[in-house]
Amino acid sequence: MAGHWAPPDFSLRCIHVWRRNLLVWKKLAIASMIGNLADPMLYMLGFGYGLGSMMPEAFGTSYLAFLAAGTVCSSTMMSASFEAMYSGFSRMHMQKTWEAIMNAPLSLDDVVLGETLWAASKSLLSGLAVLMVAAILGLCASSLTLWVIPVIFLTGLAFGGLGLIMTALSPSYDFFVYYMTLVITPMMLMSGVFFPAEQLPMALQIATALLPLSHSIELVRPLMNGTLPAQWSLHLFTLALYAIIGFYVALALTRRRLLK
Amino acid sequence: MSHLRVRALRKSYGTNVVVDGIDLDLVRGECFGLLGPNGAGKTTTLRLCLGLTEADSGEIHVLNVPVPQEARRARARIGVVPQMDNLDPDFTVRENLQVYGRYFDLSKQEVDARIPALLDFAGLGSRGDDNIRALSGGMKRRLTLARALINDPDLIFLDEPTTGLDPQARHLIWQRLRQLVAQGKTIFLTTHFMDEAERLCNRLAVMDQGRMIAGGTPRELVDRHIQPQVVEVFGDSAESWAQQVGSGLAERCETAGETVFCYVPDATALIDDLGKRPDLRYVHRPANLEDVFLRLTGRDLRD
Repeated sequence: MAGHWAPPDFSLRCIHVWRRNLLVWKKLAIASMIGNLADPMLYMLGFGYGLGSMMPEAFGTSYLAFLAAGTVCSSTMMSASFEAMYSGFSRMHMQKTWEAIMNAPLSLDDVVLGETLWAASKSLLSGLAVLMVAAILGLCASSLTLWVIPVIFLTGLAFGGLGLIMTALSPSYDFFVYYMTLVITPMMLMSGVFFPAEQLPMALQIATALLPLSHSIELVRPLMNGTLPAQWSLHLFTLALYAIIGFYVALALTRRRLLK
Repeated sequence: MSHLRVRALRKSYGTNVVVDGIDLDLVRGECFGLLGPNGAGKTTTLRLCLGLTEADSGEIHVLNVPVPQEARRARARIGVVPQMDNLDPDFTVRENLQVYGRYFDLSKQEVDARIPALLDFAGLGSRGDDNIRALSGGMKRRLTLARALINDPDLIFLDEPTTGLDPQARHLIWQRLRQLVAQGKTIFLTTHFMDEAERLCNRLAVMDQGRMIAGGTPRELVDRHIQPQVVEVFGDSAESWAQQVGSGLAERCETAGETVFCYVPDATALIDDLGKRPDLRYVHRPANLEDVFLRLTGRDLRD
């Protein structure tokens, strides 16, 4: 069918998909929030206090503050990716939840949009959880920090869309391991979560500048530090581009998979 | 009033033609059964009618709404029972109905007002707060049927509604479907169970290799396509008996494994002969839909 790449055709009913996922999440909220916090906290506090004590003023701020900003972004990335891939695959393939929804007056476009918004919303919770811990530790310098919240959501949209592309292509859960090991982990190591990307060789710096996570960090770190990010419009634009293109490709590939 | 109108519908995957130019007409209040072996194109036909896949050519109107152009509007007045249960395992029985009702933009009040009657209908009156995992296969199927009724649909599609159920559970589903027809709902079901088709449907069509090869009421199909009497003969020497005697006395003889099926207008002569053959066992019965089905689609396996 040539129509896989047709423009999206949404209805407001996509919100019902989001609400369905919210209801499931509510049942497991406490376990989910602990999971959202435990992993990033271990990284942040372990590296922050451990490594940070060895390089107190390496990056203009404390290493803990440097790492906190990176962790807000990486935790958002992880949360959106996991939701779109593992949970999305369960709903699409294992439980056939999407099929049930499409027997009602919703289109697949509504489902994919609802799922993307949901992945971004869930990652917003993860990012916010880390942000709140950072605030409690006194690592959020000014009211500019509030602008981090929409950046987290946009980051979640970008990684939600990319995750749904993987879901649309995946034959099984095992497939996601490739994406995690070959894309997400290298991105986390190179995009400036743990150390400034400027420490990398030039070729790698150029490569990371193309990745969505580095743009998210370039926005979040100055905002938490109390300064307006340099070239903020470029970073916002790049994240938005990832979100839009990621969503569109995910939609087309999901149509190809399910509407045959 | 036409509830489903399909004209010259075609769908192929690559060179494999799955639906090969079919026409369908369903009027309000009828129960229509689409029969066919596995891979005949039944499920694809259903998906086309729901607007879940696009036809190569042809026209579909569901409740006078063109599909797939306005599939969402059509589906707002349709109920669907899929082949595999796809209830939400994270929800209770009641939550499954509530969440599904939202997909139709029904308000919480409307849905909650409908739920008690639907639970009663499904025989799940006291199970509203149970987890889905605690339900038996038959209960899940009934809940899926109740879920398909949440929007009070005019037309209900069921894809093999009783596959995998035990006889008690099947009879209960059939009883419920008859109630729905009595209420004036239109039902379109696919099945490969002939007893199901015979009991439920006032009109049938047999589909094979993407084409409609026969249609009519269950009685018409039997009258039109097969002799009224069947004698099934079993035993080691059944086949040689068929060659020497059976084929001469019956209008048609078919051998499947160690059984010979003889189709005749009057079985007296056959029975007389078999009475003298203590080495052969036989069953004499009226022809049924299954005989028609095997006659039309052959006895070869369709995996």
